[in-house]
Amino acid sequence: MSALSEIDRRIVNALQGGFPISERPYAEAAARLGLDEADLIARLRSLVASGAASRFGPLWNSEGLGGAVCLAAMAVPPERFDAVAAQVNAHAEVAHNYEREHALNMWFVVSAERPQRIDAVIAEIERETGLTVWPMPKEEEYFVGFRVEV
Amino acid sequence: MLDAFDRALIKATQTGLPLVSDPYGAIAAEIGATRDEVMTRLGALLASGAIRRIGLIPNHYKLGVTANGMSVWDVADERVSEIGPQIGALPFVTHCYRRPRHLPNWRYNMFAMVHGRDRDEVRAKVAEIAALIGPAARAHDILFSTRILKKTGLRLAS
Repeated sequence: MSALSEIDRRIVNALQGGFPISERPYAEAAARLGLDEADLIARLRSLVASGAASRFGPLWNSEGLGGAVCLAAMAVPPERFDAVAAQVNAHAEVAHNYEREHALNMWFVVSAERPQRIDAVIAEIERETGLTVWPMPKEEEYFVGFRVEV
Repeated sequence: MLDAFDRALIKATQTGLPLVSDPYGAIAAEIGATRDEVMTRLGALLASGAIRRIGLIPNHYKLGVTANGMSVWDVADERVSEIGPQIGALPFVTHCYRRPRHLPNWRYNMFAMVHGRDRDEVRAKVAEIAALIGPAARAHDILFSTRILKKTGLRLAS
């Protein structure tokens, strides 16, 4: 892990949301942190360059844009795991895919601009792999913070 | 469906805002709009939830928050809508959702993602959740991730 300075830590904790929409947003955000604009911009550049931040900007929500997402899980035989991962990942609509320790060992998110595509992609994956895909659509959302304290 | 302006805004910002004094002006110049048009539309998309937030998107792994446990809960159906928001509000829970059971294979109907520096920290946080829910949780499990197989941002169909 990268050792963050105290100032970088404050930036990471304070700026995971609420960035102003204004003519000089970095200057405003910097003032709240007791920094100047050029210093904040330089520090954000280096947080992105070091990989501590994947990016700085809007977090788009595909559902809010009329699209759909669905979590899905599969129980993949271990000897076929990498081959099945390649089959699943080959679908452009598969946005994330994680290996997890469980009988259901592959968990992926299907994201599509047209909601009807979700079922189609799941059916294609079942046909290609011969495995059952368990759809786990969101029925209610309680909170999506995505924030992490460092 | 998205209109051409929203599509252009997404394309211009999905890898991040320009790190310059006037980022919205820079985006406007790139997509052939005015700064006011860009700011007004981004404000509306933020208000509608199409943009969840604007800021730093942390890389948990690089920040040392390397353990990622999806905690899954079998919560009584009549209690889940009351319990879910309490769990979602915990500072260490990054997402919390109700999802369908697939009986008899999958009994869990509430998911809460918990991050920590190591697995023990995740387990301790999950124990806090269990204490908070009490007997309304009939069973729970933690599915630790062992590998990221794919991770992409929002993609637009061309």
